[in-house]
Amino acid sequence: MADIRPSGYSKHRKKQTYSRRLGTRATPLQTLMSERVGGMGALILVILVLPLLLSNNYQYDVAISMGINAIVVVGLNLLIGYAGQISLGHAGFYALGAYASAILTTRYGLHGALAMPLGAIGVGLMAYVIARPILRLSGHYLAMATLGVGIIINIAISREAWLTGGPDGMYVPAMQVAGVELYGGQIWYWIVAAFLILAVWLALNLIDSPIGRALRGLHGAEVAAETSGVDTTRYKVMVFVISAVMASVAGSLSAHFSEFVTPDKASFFHSILFVTMVVFGGMASTFGAVVGAAALTLLPQLLADFASYEHMILGLIMMVVMIFMPKGLVPSLGALARRRRRQEARS
Amino acid sequence: MVKRFTRALMMVGAACIALGVTAQARAQEDPIRIGSFLAVTGPASFLGDPELKTLEMYIHRINGAGGLIGRPLELIHYDTGADANKARTFAKRLLEEDEVDVILGGSTTGTTMAVIPLVERAEVPFVSFAGGVVIIEPVKPWVFKTPHTDRMACGKIFEDIRSRGLSRVALISGTGGFGKSMREQCTQVAPAHDIEIVADETYAPSDTDMVAQLTKIKNTEGVEAVVNPGFGQGPAIVTKNFAQLGFEVPLYQSHGVASKKFIELAGDAAEGVRLPASALLVAEKLPMDDPQRPVVMGYKTTYEAEHGEGSVSTFGGHAYDGLMMYKQAVEAAGTADPAAVRDALEAIQGFMGTAGEVTMSADDHLGLDLSAFRMLEIREGDWVLVE
Amino acid sequence: MPPALVELLQFLFSGLTSGAIYALVALGFALIYNASHVINFAQGEFVMLGGMVTWALLSQGVGLPLAILGAVALTVLIGLALEKLAIERARNADVVTLIIITVGAGIFLRGLTSVTLGKDLHALPAFSGNDPIDILGATLIPQSLWILGVTAAVMVALHLFFNHTLLGKAILATSHNPLAARLVGVNVNFVLLLSFGLSALLGAVAGILIAPITATHFEVGIMLGLKGFAAAILGGLGSGPGAIVGGLLLGIIESLGAGYISSEYKDAMAFVVILGVLFFMPSGLLGKRGTERV
Repeated sequence: MADIRPSGYSKHRKKQTYSRRLGTRATPLQTLMSERVGGMGALILVILVLPLLLSNNYQYDVAISMGINAIVVVGLNLLIGYAGQISLGHAGFYALGAYASAILTTRYGLHGALAMPLGAIGVGLMAYVIARPILRLSGHYLAMATLGVGIIINIAISREAWLTGGPDGMYVPAMQVAGVELYGGQIWYWIVAAFLILAVWLALNLIDSPIGRALRGLHGAEVAAETSGVDTTRYKVMVFVISAVMASVAGSLSAHFSEFVTPDKASFFHSILFVTMVVFGGMASTFGAVVGAAALTLLPQLLADFASYEHMILGLIMMVVMIFMPKGLVPSLGALARRRRRQEARS
Repeated sequence: MVKRFTRALMMVGAACIALGVTAQARAQEDPIRIGSFLAVTGPASFLGDPELKTLEMYIHRINGAGGLIGRPLELIHYDTGADANKARTFAKRLLEEDEVDVILGGSTTGTTMAVIPLVERAEVPFVSFAGGVVIIEPVKPWVFKTPHTDRMACGKIFEDIRSRGLSRVALISGTGGFGKSMREQCTQVAPAHDIEIVADETYAPSDTDMVAQLTKIKNTEGVEAVVNPGFGQGPAIVTKNFAQLGFEVPLYQSHGVASKKFIELAGDAAEGVRLPASALLVAEKLPMDDPQRPVVMGYKTTYEAEHGEGSVSTFGGHAYDGLMMYKQAVEAAGTADPAAVRDALEAIQGFMGTAGEVTMSADDHLGLDLSAFRMLEIREGDWVLVE
Repeated sequence: MPPALVELLQFLFSGLTSGAIYALVALGFALIYNASHVINFAQGEFVMLGGMVTWALLSQGVGLPLAILGAVALTVLIGLALEKLAIERARNADVVTLIIITVGAGIFLRGLTSVTLGKDLHALPAFSGNDPIDILGATLIPQSLWILGVTAAVMVALHLFFNHTLLGKAILATSHNPLAARLVGVNVNFVLLLSFGLSALLGAVAGILIAPITATHFEVGIMLGLKGFAAAILGGLGSGPGAIVGGLLLGIIESLGAGYISSEYKDAMAFVVILGVLFFMPSGLLGKRGTERV
């Protein structure tokens, strides 16, 4: 039996959990520095300050897209970063959420605030049904199976034009609340921000719960976890469903915000993009997920000015970051900062 | 953790500021800003690529000749890759950040439709280069388009089939936006032309082989003609597979493949294929007194001088028409003010473009009729006018 | 022959032609996976490069055989560079990280090709004309025979290489147990390099063979890469015969699905079948049933 210690488990966090388990001396400073309290505070602070830098609807648009992507990625990170299960099909769940909102509001006259949870429940049920057979697979077979699910969803959406508007997509009317149309960057910025904070809060709590510890065990060594009595499948299914529901909610938000949905939302590349955001920011780090989502949402906007060189540069950045920071931006930059601090302290 | 995270977000913030600063710097000059979003990459790149080249080329020329109403033109373009969500974000960027005076573009119906609510709200004139009839039907005050609609293409094809004394038609359509939309339109207008659709197959745009679908059509009783709505590589493969199976009935392609590229891709199999297209493809073969001749010859020679012999396509022509109509509207209005230009666009009478003669009105934001469409046949690797 | 059988034969010809291409791409996936446990999502770009570079050389007046050689050589060089500059440096990274590196490489190669060779569709001339060959009432174009023939030749060559040469055996050894292979003197890095070179070669060959039928384009590799990956998984990752069976099966499923059931859901059907197979055989049709190492 080899190393049982989970790998996606930073030294920093280990210290924190140990001290909590022992019920001893978490100094106020330590509490402040922890992901749950300090990180959350920083996120809220950034969300509050960011509008000062945004001067028009387009910039709000980019910020909102960052937030919506971040919700998906925070959920997906639970699956990839903590449970160690890859999914190349989460764009499918995202698109299902978006289309559930679009179809329920336009074709059945439901209110958006009702369509979103209905969509999320539907997606959750669907994820639950497929999770058991799919999560029996591992590694690249799991990647293929989830990819297949995503592609089937994508094809179904673009073929069933009577319901979905087909490959050209469909409109979603602006959401009305008490007779007021929800339109414009600022309103949606705060709506998405609230959902993002909720998603991050949920994720952090889940990670710090006994479930989270079991999950980290999974990532480290599944067989070991199983032999020590952890019902691995149950936890994997649970996280799969949670991440699918989060993707669905984000999809609903994007449908109402952008007032337009297309089957592209379910495309293979959209799935890959979500996974890239998880890894780019740093696996098994909730704030890494947020940073990854923000960075990769902003990047194409910054690169748009390079016209035909855009894709070359994007591909190059993805490769270089992953080669030199295989753990992702946040953990790698964090390690760099720590090293420098230590050097400074020494000199 | 806190520090790390705030630092990362500060970087993001700084980037946002940088975006804002460039926008302000732009505002200090005084050009007419033309915004554009085209599918320069992705499955519709053969539309977006010539469209962008055309816009760049002619904007350069207009600027060389002293600009428009004394102001230089500035083109701001973003590549959508035919992704409607990207198109939406970029349109917002054009409207909110770049503060453009007009938007020309949208290579595909999907990207165009995604942007329409934004331009309607922002009240900026928008001339689309996409084919779908839904773009202008119902009429949206700020939205215009230059190419013929897919419904007109179906009508033209069915007219030609009827004139050959045939009526039982098989459809084989791409499942992309273009193929799907044209398939629907054809099915809708078929009864009006006394056409019966007896087989209806589809293929995905990236498919490499359509033999199975065509075999099925071939084995369907009484098929008298085959129509293939689609664009890109698909129709070329359909044409080749069609020839491989030794199918004897006439094959019709759509205006979506109206470029020399199609003949090059399909090779000998393209012999005898018919398709509706604008006069641009047969510019030299038009009679000397054809009123459209000077326009299409002018565009063709200009484009091919820069991008090579045989490179002209009707798609670049749509961009040419859009830009020139905008130019005419600005000149007529004497200002680039969006509202005035919109009114001038709607008032365009007898504008001669590569697609035909355009006469806009309050309830027609396309302004073309079926007569602008020509039925072409491919013979010995070249286009021949059928009429 | 009765018409129904002719129809079936026609569907099978069509499915085998596409299937042979999928098999070649799938073999590329399998080779790299065996040597490194990396799924190379830039495999489709090797296919694209084969076709595009051949076209570019042809348009410069180079003859077809020389153009093909040049395109294969250049693609192999790019495959080697990808291994040397990217994969080797990230050897110890997570599986997902490696996937993203190869996805990034794919995006980069597509961008590079669109900038240097343009975004147009291009056709290659068929190797021996386009006159259909009649076989029992069904038709086949000569290019299909080329595809089937070259694919068969490649399989035989790979079989001989892996079972009868020292180098081939070294690669197999590395895939079974890298540490043991290193101990008996196999240069693992060299094996890795070689597998990328070979994969690039297979991809380029597939791209060149299919370009006369489908035309080539800077984004033609996306779908072919995906289908190849699906075929490799269907057959069982890392298994050579599995990749071939998976590829041919995928092509036939698509063709029969389009012919007999619905062309609308042809692509989806292929994935439904793959999901079904994986549910019952979690390691694909011919994959190794390994127990997980702890």
